[in-house]
Amino acid sequence: MKFTLKGLFPLLVFFALCIAFAYGLTKDPRELPSQLIDRPFPQFSLPDLMDETQLLDNSYLQGQVTLVNIFGSWCVACDQEHPMLVKLSRNGEVPILGVDWRDTREDGLRWLARGGNPYTRVIFDAESKLAIDLGVTGAPETFLVDKKGQIRYKHIGPITEKVWQETLKPLIVSMEAEQ
Amino acid sequence: MRAFLVFVLLFTFTVFGQATAQQSAANASLSEQEIENRAHKIGESLRCVVCQNQSIDESNAPLAADMRVMVRERIRGGDTNEQVITFMRDRYGDFVLLKPPLQANTVLLWLAPFFLLVLFLVWYVVQAKRKRMAPTASPLSDEEQQQFQKLSQNQGGKS
Repeated sequence: MKFTLKGLFPLLVFFALCIAFAYGLTKDPRELPSQLIDRPFPQFSLPDLMDETQLLDNSYLQGQVTLVNIFGSWCVACDQEHPMLVKLSRNGEVPILGVDWRDTREDGLRWLARGGNPYTRVIFDAESKLAIDLGVTGAPETFLVDKKGQIRYKHIGPITEKVWQETLKPLIVSMEAEQ
Repeated sequence: MRAFLVFVLLFTFTVFGQATAQQSAANASLSEQEIENRAHKIGESLRCVVCQNQSIDESNAPLAADMRVMVRERIRGGDTNEQVITFMRDRYGDFVLLKPPLQANTVLLWLAPFFLLVLFLVWYVVQAKRKRMAPTASPLSDEEQQQFQKLSQNQGGKS
């Protein structure tokens, strides 16, 4: 039998494909890059969950670094994340603006009453108005907004102690230092 | 090369032709049926971002339902089909498009099949040519057959 490079070609192609697929498996297809990084937070004017007569708008984001957290009473991972947010709010780390997404007012209020309310304000977004503007695909999702009202970072999934210590906190500290 | 140019020109004309047709439709006052038809057409080309590989038109996901409502709202607001799609693309990125656009990071995706086809054709032609040039074996004539038999008998006798 003759041993040629040509004969090895299919095997090489096979290995190349293996490497490509193995690399592909390490990436989570649900984690989409946000289109909104370094863009201004979308304009919104939506009712307050606590008081439906009151409208909340972008003025709540001006002049301070804010965490905007999308949640819903139907969202299992939000239950998991909630104690962390409560802890952050108790320690006065950063103001957290909540977005109650695709929820009923009743369920949202009950959910907050049960686990505690870590939010400075809660935007009630039952029809995904703000969620679509934010390119939200699931809850929880968290946006870090700077003093000028620009989105600087997006975190998909629950905020854990690790995410807070290693990513969010350092970012907030550096953003606080900005003019 | 010329065929390719013709193809490109035809392609651009069809695309632009569609664009102008849609533009004029947007300017006329819209009936509910028209809005529905256009929303379906747009919906078919937008990916439901929570369910992977389903369009928002065929998905039951709540977010897809909200996106359908948003598409209808944008159409009522006077957006062309392209503007609605751009609106979604600004928020969800290229991922929201079920058909990937031809751009720098998708060139390979679009052109690789054509490239491979050409590569295969070239390989096929070269191979066929080589086969034709190789000496072909024809069956032995009667005379040759006799010679061969004689030779092999001699061989057998020797060993």
